[in-house]
Amino acid sequence: MSILVNKETRVVVQGITGSAGSFHAQQCLEYGTQVVAGVTPGKGGTSWKPGSGQGSQELPIFNTVSEAVRQTGADASLIFVPPPFAADAILEAADANLRIIVCITEGIPVLDRARVRQKLGVRGQGSGVRKEELSPRPSPLNPVLIGPNCPGIITPGQCKMGIMPGYIHKPGPVGVISRSGTLTYEAVWQLTQKGLGQSTVVGIGGDPIVGSSFVDLLELFEKDSVTQAVLMIGEIGGSSEEAAAEFFKKHMSKPLFSFIAGKTAPPGRRMGHAGAIVEGGAGTHEGKIKALKQNGVRVIENLSDIGATISSQLSHFHPTVTVN
Amino acid sequence: MKLLEYESKALLELYHIPLSKSGGVISSAGQLNSALKRAGCGPWVIKAQVLAGGRGKAGGVKIAKTMVEAKQVVKAMLGMELKTHQTGGRTLVVREVLVEHAAPIDREIYLAVTMDRGKGLPVLVGCGEGGVEIEELARTKPEKILREEVDPSEGLNPFQARRLCFSMGIPADQLSIFVRTAQSLARLFLEKDASVVEINPLVLSRGKLLALDAKIVLDDNALFRHPDFAKRSDHESSPLEREAKRVGISYIGLEGNIGCLVNGAGLAMGTMDSIKLAGGDPANFLDVGGGASAAQVESAFNILLRDKKVKAVLVNIFGGIMKCDTIAEGIIKAISSLKSETQKAKRKAGFSPIVVRLEGTHVQEGRDLLTRSGLPIIQAHSLSEAAEKAVQAAKQEG
Repeated sequence: MSILVNKETRVVVQGITGSAGSFHAQQCLEYGTQVVAGVTPGKGGTSWKPGSGQGSQELPIFNTVSEAVRQTGADASLIFVPPPFAADAILEAADANLRIIVCITEGIPVLDRARVRQKLGVRGQGSGVRKEELSPRPSPLNPVLIGPNCPGIITPGQCKMGIMPGYIHKPGPVGVISRSGTLTYEAVWQLTQKGLGQSTVVGIGGDPIVGSSFVDLLELFEKDSVTQAVLMIGEIGGSSEEAAAEFFKKHMSKPLFSFIAGKTAPPGRRMGHAGAIVEGGAGTHEGKIKALKQNGVRVIENLSDIGATISSQLSHFHPTVTVN
Repeated sequence: MKLLEYESKALLELYHIPLSKSGGVISSAGQLNSALKRAGCGPWVIKAQVLAGGRGKAGGVKIAKTMVEAKQVVKAMLGMELKTHQTGGRTLVVREVLVEHAAPIDREIYLAVTMDRGKGLPVLVGCGEGGVEIEELARTKPEKILREEVDPSEGLNPFQARRLCFSMGIPADQLSIFVRTAQSLARLFLEKDASVVEINPLVLSRGKLLALDAKIVLDDNALFRHPDFAKRSDHESSPLEREAKRVGISYIGLEGNIGCLVNGAGLAMGTMDSIKLAGGDPANFLDVGGGASAAQVESAFNILLRDKKVKAVLVNIFGGIMKCDTIAEGIIKAISSLKSETQKAKRKAGFSPIVVRLEGTHVQEGRDLLTRSGLPIIQAHSLSEAAEKAVQAAKQEG
């Protein structure tokens, strides 16, 4: 088991002919992900070949996502479309009834995201637009959008749907969720070096508005039979860590570890009062650490200690976990 | 992108939001007389055009009753240095002032539209008691802060504006103008891709609503839809920060002496935290971004090494989108060209020690390139090792 993606997941790559899309489609294929098609409007009917001659797999390119889904049975999309067109690409993937949508694109206007969120929300509430029978969807997300501005999802050894370096991961009991990209790789690498593998690693993205929140994913990890502990990597700003801390206390039995980046970050040069008024006291490093500790989350203060802390505490609380 | 008050007000005017009579913005005392004429009869208010709240308390807003007084105020204000609680410790020089008729104030109201991250929607925020103490009020009496969600496609409904108007106790004869103002503010927010549009205060002046001060911040990611603003120069940044922005790098100068070059904002913050824990102080925040090229790494290096405070550089790259060999090439190119520059200038052996920690895609190729380059690069395998080596190197240099 794992959450969101596994070896059955069939991935279509939107924006496969761009340089990032092409490079990472190849990397995902090499990892063993079932990448089944590419979409680039205007290049339908042609085919995509991996760049440097490694592997001989060619993929069909389609003009639209719905056509790609019809022809290949894809159930997930990985989006590399440039920022001005990325919101539309997400909506196209949702319209094609894809179960999982991962948007890597960085720099999407925040209002585009607000509009996407609003539309996906409306579609998700049983409006009858969706054909639920096509594929069962993990509740309560419908569809599950990860990102944007994120590294994607990986279930080690099964499916890499994103831009993370595959080799740093290994299968195992720790679920990882993070708002950051490269910081996640750092943490995962430390876990792997301590012999602790990961069930699924999800980068939820660093934008002010993201598709899936920490809480959404904690809920999935709590239900997942492989996951025995969760690591949450947060950062200053917003209030998603505070919400996660409350969720943990009320609904979780598995241990939750957390590192929050930005302890030494300088206060932003802000202007006006609106942000401070809307966010209240949330968002500071201090406030987040306090909320986490109050709710029983195990806080890791030093980035370099993530692997060591989890491996020592996990072997203590869960003697069944093998730690090398 | 943050707009100055007069730029913000030009947008409000475009959306027919009522403003007090303006004489425009001036940059020399010689332009004052015609500005006063345009603003009509006195008293006038002279306002420093800088990107910081708390301006009034710092002496950047003055009332002048006579033309002589106005001249004195303008002469004192132009060239003045301002530091407020919102400038992040930096000093801003006043280069332009705005001249307006000083409208009498019966009552101050707060009105703004901003993005509510939790809801993922824009929200109109109102408070019947506006003015400079609004944040304090939000902390002590949060129930006084009223909110209405703004539909990101449709805007604000009139009934929402009416609800806010009555809750804030605005007189009924101003209802229609308030509704129009609130709806326009929401429309401006949506059409211009703003992240904050704030009127503080919105006042009742002789019974009529007027926007006395305005702050607008635009979403940098949406500037491709607003070419007029994209062309506008950035008032806020230091020269190094502007140079960084031009090449697509996030850079914020800080007080310490260890230059950081990191990919990803989260890892950059984590690296700064690690430097601090190892007993050092970061000289900057620098995120080369996910998809940066070798050329970008090179420019990042040039920015770092031009910062005179920097005694050691810590490069921490975990390669995902950005491959480690790409990074290594950029580092080698930057150091080599810097080396030849210093040799040409016949300066003494020239630059700060550089600690590099690479991990991720093509890591072995990257490390090999660095080793083979023969350049004086200190390699580290873990972040804590890298932070310790950088702190040590900075101490030896310092």
